[in-house]
Amino acid sequence: MVPLSWYLILSAVLFSLGVLGFLLKRNIITIFMSIELMLNAVNLSFVSFANYWNQNAARAMTNVLPLSGQVFVFFVMVVAAAEAAVGLAIIIAVFRTRETLNVDRVNLLKL
Amino acid sequence: MTNTTNLNLWVIPLLPLAGAAINGLLGRRFKNAMVSFVALFFTALSFGWAVWAVWTAWTGGPDRLPYIESHGNWIWTSTFSAPFGFYLDQLSMVMVLVVTGVGFLIHIYSVGYMAHEGGYYRFFAYLNLFMFFMLTLVLANNYLLLFVGWEGVGLASYLLIGFFFLKDSAADAGKKAFIVNRIGDFGFLIGMFLLIQHFGTLNFGDPHLFGDNGVFTQVSKLPSDIGWGWLTIAALCLMFGATGKSAQIPLYVWLPDAMEGPTPVSALIHAATMVTAGIYMIARSSAIFSRAPHALEIVAFIGCLTAIFAATMGMAQTDIKRVLAYSTVSQLGYMFMACGVAAYSAGIFHLMTHAFFKALLFLAAGSVIHALGGEQDMRRMGGLRKLIPWTFWTMTIATLAIAGAPGLAGFFSKDEILARDFAGPFHGHLLWAVAVITAGLTSFYMFRLWFMTFFGERRPDADLGNTHAAPATHAASPAGNGHDRDHRHGVHESPWVMIAPLVVLAIGSIVSGWVGIPQILAGHDKIDQFLQPAIQTPADVASRLEPPPSDVSSTPVHPPVPVEAEAESAGVEWTLMATSVAVAGVGFFFAWLLYYKRRELPDRITAKIHGIYLTVLHKYYIDEAYGLLIVKPLLALSTIVFWRGVDQGVIDGAVNGAGEAAKEIGGGLRRMQSGNIRSYAAWVAAGGAAVIAFLLWHSLVGVGK
Repeated sequence: MVPLSWYLILSAVLFSLGVLGFLLKRNIITIFMSIELMLNAVNLSFVSFANYWNQNAARAMTNVLPLSGQVFVFFVMVVAAAEAAVGLAIIIAVFRTRETLNVDRVNLLKL
Repeated sequence: MTNTTNLNLWVIPLLPLAGAAINGLLGRRFKNAMVSFVALFFTALSFGWAVWAVWTAWTGGPDRLPYIESHGNWIWTSTFSAPFGFYLDQLSMVMVLVVTGVGFLIHIYSVGYMAHEGGYYRFFAYLNLFMFFMLTLVLANNYLLLFVGWEGVGLASYLLIGFFFLKDSAADAGKKAFIVNRIGDFGFLIGMFLLIQHFGTLNFGDPHLFGDNGVFTQVSKLPSDIGWGWLTIAALCLMFGATGKSAQIPLYVWLPDAMEGPTPVSALIHAATMVTAGIYMIARSSAIFSRAPHALEIVAFIGCLTAIFAATMGMAQTDIKRVLAYSTVSQLGYMFMACGVAAYSAGIFHLMTHAFFKALLFLAAGSVIHALGGEQDMRRMGGLRKLIPWTFWTMTIATLAIAGAPGLAGFFSKDEILARDFAGPFHGHLLWAVAVITAGLTSFYMFRLWFMTFFGERRPDADLGNTHAAPATHAASPAGNGHDRDHRHGVHESPWVMIAPLVVLAIGSIVSGWVGIPQILAGHDKIDQFLQPAIQTPADVASRLEPPPSDVSSTPVHPPVPVEAEAESAGVEWTLMATSVAVAGVGFFFAWLLYYKRRELPDRITAKIHGIYLTVLHKYYIDEAYGLLIVKPLLALSTIVFWRGVDQGVIDGAVNGAGEAAKEIGGGLRRMQSGNIRSYAAWVAAGGAAVIAFLLWHSLVGVGK
C-alpha cells in the first residue's frame, strides 16, 4: 500500500510546477494550462485524503462512507471546465484584438 | 418683597425695546414723522412709567426699599442662579430718572438734528436700543443682568459711533470704542467670577428677605480682618471694568474718538448716561469697595490722575466736540475720585448734575455745528452770540454750571466732591489740591470754548495753517454727514424742536444742584441723605464691625471717615468753597485774556512753548504709545505666532500634511500596479506562502507548547 505522504508529495510537486509555470511563462495558453495543473494537484490531495479517511473510518467500525472529499473534486472539475470555457473565450478575444498571446503585452490597465 | 404695589419695573426697559424693534424692523417704510413718533412715544412712556414707579416706591415708604421683583430664572444650576430680576433703590431711582429724562430730551432734540441725515429710522432704532440696555443696566438686581446691559450699551455705542459708517474714521472709532471697552469688560468678568467663587451668587441681595444671601449681605458678614485679600482683587477687577466704560486712565482713549458719532449720541451716550455706568457700578458695589480700602485708594488715585490729565488735553483741542469729550473724561475723573474717597453719594450727585450740563453742552455744541452746516473747528467759529441767541444763552448757563459758578448745579456737586476729598482718608489734601487745579483748568478750557465760539469776529474761512492743524480736524469733515456746507454762511438758529430740550436742560443745569446744598449754605444736602440707605461707606462698615467697647485690643478695619466732624468746621468748608470759586475765576480770567482781550497772545505763547504745546495737542502721544507698545506687538504676535505659526503651521500643516501623506503613500503604492499579470501572480503566491508559513509557525509553536 502506497502511503499517504507520497500522494501528498506528488500533489505538492505538481502544484509547485503549476505555480512556477504560471509565474515564468509568457504564453497565455501555457499559463492557463499551469492553472489547470494547480487545480488538479489540489484534486489529487483531495482524493488522497478522502481515501485515507475512508480506510481509517472503515476500520473504526462505522459503515458510513463519507464522500465529501470525492464530491469536492467533482466541484473543482466543474468549476475548472467553466473557467476553461470562459478563459479560452477571453483568450480568443484578446488574440483577435492584440494579435499576440504574450501576457506582458496585455497591460492596458497599468497606471 | 414687602411692597404691596407691583411696580412692573420690567416695563421700563421693554418699552424702548419695543420702539427699537418697530423702528428697526419696519422703519425703512415709515415716513420720518412716523419714526420720530414711535421713538418719542415709547421713550416718553418709559419716562412716565419710571416717574410713576419712583414716586410710588418712594411714597410707599423709603424704609421698604429696595423694591425687588423677579421674573423667573435665567440661569439655574445646582449651585448658582441668576434671575431676571429688577431692583429699585435710591441709587437706581436717580439713575433711571436721569437716563429716561435726559434720554427723552435728547430724543426730541435728535428729531431736529437728524432731520436731514440718511438712515433716520436706523438712528432712532439704535437710540431706543441703547435706552433698553441702559435701563436694564441700572435696574438689574444682579451683576450678570447688569453685565448684559453693560455689554448692550457697548453695542449700541458701537453702532452709533459708527453711524456714518461710510466714513472710515467713524467706523474705526466705533471699533476702537468697542475693543477698548472689551478690555475693561475682561476685568469686570474676572471680578464677577471671583464673586461667584466666594459667594456663589451675583445677586445684590434683599435686606428685607429673611435668609438673604446676596453679595452685599455676605460681604457685610465677612470678618473684619480679611485685609489685603481677594476682596481687594475683586474690587480692582470691577474697577478695571469701570475704567473701560467710564473712560478712565488707562482705558480713556476711546471716548475722544467716539465724537465721530452724531452729536446727540455724544450727548446721550458719551456724556450723560453710558459713560457714567462705571460710576454707577462702583457706587452700587459700595459694600465691596468699602471693605477694600486699598482698592478705594487706587480708584481715587486713578480718578484724580484722569481728571487733571484730561483737563490739560482739553485745553489744546480745537474741535468743539473733542474739548467737550476731554471735559467729560475729566468730570468722570471727579466722580471716580469721589467714589475713591468713599463719597459715593457725592459721585452720584455729580453724575446727575453732570448729566444735565454736559448733555446741554453737547446739544448746544450740536446746535452750533448745525447752524454752521457741519463745521466743528472752533477756529472757524466766532461771533455767533447774536446769530444764535438761544444756543448762546443755554450754552452760557451750561458753561457756568460746569465751571462751578456759585448757585448752579456744578458748583454744589463739585464742591461736595472737593470737600469730601479734603476730608478724605487717603492723602486728602493732595487729592483736593489736584482737584482744585483741575477745576481751574476746567473753567479755562470751557470759557476758551465759549469765547472762541461766540465772541470775536466771524471767521468761517480762517486759514488753519499746518502747524496748528490738530490731528483730529479730519473729524470735522462733513463728508459723511448730511449737513450741507454750502449754506454755512447763512447761519441760522436751530428749529424749536432742538431749542426746547436745550431750555429744559438749562433749567436742569441750574436747579439740579439745589438738592445737594450743603448745610453751611442753609441747605440740607438732601441728595446725600437720600442716597444714604443705598450705599455703604467705610464708616458704616467700621461702625458695624466695631467690637464691643470692652474689647480694647482690636481696632476697626478702617478708621471711620470723620466726615461729620470735618463738615462741622464750617470755616474750613467756607475756605474750600471760596478757593474753588476763586480758582474758577482765575480760569475764566485767563480764558478772557487769551481768547477775547488779546487774541494774538495764544499764538505767541504756543510758539514759545512749542514742544509742550505740541505734546498736549497730540494728547501726550498716548494713542501713539498704545499703538507702539500694545497694538503693534499684539498684531506682530498674532501675525507671526498665531497666524503664521499656529494657524498656518500647526492647523493647516496637520490638515495639509495628512492629505500630502496620503498622496505620497498612494503614489508609492501605485507603482505596484504594473499591469504585469505575472507580478500580480507573484504577489498572490507570496501572500499564500506567507499565510502557509504563518500557519506552520503557529502550529509548530503550538506543538512546542
